[in-house]
Amino acid sequence: MTQESNIINLGATTRFNESRRIMKVMLGRKLVVLGMVVILAFIIVAIFAPLLAPYDPYAQDLNVVHQQPSAAHWLGTDALGRDTLSRIIFGARTSLLVGVVSVGIAAILGIWMGLIAGYFGGWTYNIIMRFIDALMAFPMILLALVLAALLGGGLKNVIVAIGIALTSLYARLMCSQVLSAKENDYVTAARSLGAGNWRIMVRHLIPNCLPPIIVLITLQLGTAILAEAGLSFLGIGIQPPQAAWGAMVSDGYKYILMTPVLSFAPGLAIMLVVFSFNIVGDGLRDALDPRLRGTL
Amino acid sequence: MATYIVRRLILALIVLIIISLMIFFVIRLLPGDPIYLYMSRQEQQTLTLEQIQAARHEFGLDKPMVVQYFEWISGIFHGNFGDSLFYSESVGALLKRRIPITLNLGIPAFIIGSVLGTAAGVLSALRRGKALDSVMAIFSYMGIAVPIFWLGILLIYVFGLKLHLLPMFGYTSPTVDLVQNIKQLILPVVCLAVTPLASLARQSRSSMLEVVRQDYIRTAWSKGLREREVVMRHALKNGLIPVVTLMGISLSYILGGSVFIETVFSIPGMGALSVQALLSKDYAIIQAVTLLIATMIVVVNLLVDLTYGWLDPRIRYS
Repeated sequence: MTQESNIINLGATTRFNESRRIMKVMLGRKLVVLGMVVILAFIIVAIFAPLLAPYDPYAQDLNVVHQQPSAAHWLGTDALGRDTLSRIIFGARTSLLVGVVSVGIAAILGIWMGLIAGYFGGWTYNIIMRFIDALMAFPMILLALVLAALLGGGLKNVIVAIGIALTSLYARLMCSQVLSAKENDYVTAARSLGAGNWRIMVRHLIPNCLPPIIVLITLQLGTAILAEAGLSFLGIGIQPPQAAWGAMVSDGYKYILMTPVLSFAPGLAIMLVVFSFNIVGDGLRDALDPRLRGTL
Repeated sequence: MATYIVRRLILALIVLIIISLMIFFVIRLLPGDPIYLYMSRQEQQTLTLEQIQAARHEFGLDKPMVVQYFEWISGIFHGNFGDSLFYSESVGALLKRRIPITLNLGIPAFIIGSVLGTAAGVLSALRRGKALDSVMAIFSYMGIAVPIFWLGILLIYVFGLKLHLLPMFGYTSPTVDLVQNIKQLILPVVCLAVTPLASLARQSRSSMLEVVRQDYIRTAWSKGLREREVVMRHALKNGLIPVVTLMGISLSYILGGSVFIETVFSIPGMGALSVQALLSKDYAIIQAVTLLIATMIVVVNLLVDLTYGWLDPRIRYS
């Protein structure tokens, strides 16, 4: 009994040490810390938007249209007298929602496609991976644009379109992971103990292939937010009046001479958030990837 | 090598067939009647049910899907991409006019992005951990994160509206006025080159870092070679091989980016055409443009794979 509890403890300790090591590597890099702070702020702003926004982002006030930044309106107002800062704060909600849900869809679809292709091999592999190859032949943003336009725009369709457009990378990564992981002894051991395909896939392969997928998820959150901004910029994504950063850049462009901040501020918000997800994703990859251990 | 080439060709062909099937069926299976492919919105509202049925028959939409697919494909091989509704001319004629404009914009961006991106990556790898490396890292992160449509607006504001240095938008054919053409293309080309430049810089940096750790580089140093010789003769040759594979991704960035840049700078190329087509549901154009772009990327990736196999024999036999 003592022996068994020791083993469990040992497992727990290594896992604890591992996550502590990852945190240590990441916190050791200033840029990564900065990225983590920005992401945290972004999430807090998105969640508590109604509490933080100084004005109602949808309230039009024709007395204060095209205001320059001032004490009352930190980032000025737009053509309908809506407060730009409040709209950026609410736009964070849209971005976060689209990012998290579309990447979630892409990861789940991609993990399963890659897992099935890699695990079963043969024809299953060929059919799934050729399909993935075909998807990868479209520029990601174009695929998202076409799907969103055909589905008809709006929040839900944008999420689905971006989710599908991002799937191929997960499938390819997962497939290559599984192809090497399934040769491991623990898979043979599990099989000899009578584990079926389902159990081997879910209990053994998914957890072991997950670390690089987590890195990809972090990086893709930025990509998805950038894609949503692009779609909304072109008028194919989130429909007005809902606050979305990309649509705000496009709106502001019309009044660039009068109030340039209207277009500049939301664009800066997009860049800062995407920048942070990329940096944290890269930091995570360097911390997780054993080949780079000790060198970065 | 011959087996490798044949295998790659067959694979590319299969992928192209899947792509054409995907484009054809996705457009037809999504909500909406495929008759929209052939009729303007006004016609759809004014025509009687019988007339629509007659039109359906005329365009062959009452035939089985499979037959329709083969008719579409054989049309493409005869240069017939169907007719645009919005522009009331054939899609083939539209593309013929617009593809050169996108190439005029995309090729310089591709060259600038590839050359500068690789150079920046190699340089940061050689100066690893120094100030230059950190500055370049921040810039490449920014280059990947920046929404290029916003960057375009920013540049228009600074160089066009404030400094009056460059034209803000429009396109002039180089055969009409070369100077004006170059002036008008500077800003859009810079915007379009940013993403591939930044991503290539990062990739070539890590690829070079892999190489400079190899034994043969240490041998080269220990032979007493100068840095120039070590880098040029030994490190670059091997370090740049994986970078070649990123050419397809760069092309993908540029073709995707042209959709935004052509919109922001009012350049009448293929990208602006696709936005128009998507907004006006001009299905014939959407089909043709997506097929064309995907085909271009598959072909470039095929060439990249063949080059890679030729440069690195290990690839051929795996």
